[in-house]
Amino acid sequence: MNVLKYFLVGLVFGIVLTKSEAVSWYRIYEMFQFQSFHMYGIIGVAITTGVIGIQIIKRKNIKDIKGLPIEILDKEKGSTRYWIGGLFFGLGWALVGSCPGPIFILLGAGFFPVILVLFGALVGTFIYGLLKDKLPH
Amino acid sequence: MINLKNIIPIFVKKNYGMNIIFQTWPWYVSGFLIGMIMLCLIYFGKVFGMSSNLQTLCSMTGIGKRVSFFDTDWKSQRWNLVVVLGAMVGGFIAANFMNDPSNVAINPKTIEQLAQLGIDAPNGKLVPDTLFGNQVFESPKMILILIIGGILIGFGTRYAGGCTSGHAISGLSNLQLPSLKAVIGFFVGGLIMAHYLLPLIF
Repeated sequence: MNVLKYFLVGLVFGIVLTKSEAVSWYRIYEMFQFQSFHMYGIIGVAITTGVIGIQIIKRKNIKDIKGLPIEILDKEKGSTRYWIGGLFFGLGWALVGSCPGPIFILLGAGFFPVILVLFGALVGTFIYGLLKDKLPH
Repeated sequence: MINLKNIIPIFVKKNYGMNIIFQTWPWYVSGFLIGMIMLCLIYFGKVFGMSSNLQTLCSMTGIGKRVSFFDTDWKSQRWNLVVVLGAMVGGFIAANFMNDPSNVAINPKTIEQLAQLGIDAPNGKLVPDTLFGNQVFESPKMILILIIGGILIGFGTRYAGGCTSGHAISGLSNLQLPSLKAVIGFFVGGLIMAHYLLPLIF
């Protein structure tokens, strides 16, 4: 069950992202052209659900599956890394139409050329690891 | 290919409404489920974030001996790789057994615009053949586009410390200002690419 629950969460995630077409290059392009509400609706409802859920967890001090208090870490303070890093990711997101989750989902779905995107993403991650200390954060 | 759509009526006489699982899932259902997935992982004592798996995969190669950023305890992140494995299987099931010709019904205006760029219309397909058909392996230009797109994603998400799942969903749900900055960055980058660079590339 320990491992299985993560597998099941992933399974649902893969099905939802495919059936909502959030993995679709077309949907991402359409979103950035402001020609459909679909993607904005998905992201908006996901965040709304999340905000409500996290507020309930915090106010009712809900414990996690092991009975430990749930602690949600704040993101590190800062600006430069978020603006610039975000910009880089956005350029890639709109070019190949997939964020990291969908890269894996599309590979599973059988779109083999996505392997090139995954390869690039690993190279990009590696480049960041090499340059980390020289970049403004 | 066998499709669940053809099998289910054998077991279910009245399959009215069954079709909705094959059609495009509405944004309010999908958005809610994605929010619940994030909350589920919080309940499991984890964090919803997909791009960190890229760092884990790099760390697994042992490169951490040379580059300290990858000198992490990747075994503690194995749960997230299991999520990825599940997502891949989910993608396989959804794309192969739950598809319908009505899928990916994007705006006709968008299709017209894409035609001008020389990108094929969806006609039920999730992704354009222009970018993800197997013929791309014969085109150095397309290979380069896909790899560069990947590099931007890998570099950008690690620099920003998260992607759509980590910042847009997890971070904004927890009302994190840094995540809002990152998400604005995502959209500025995306708009520049979609409006100014894609027409130059295609």
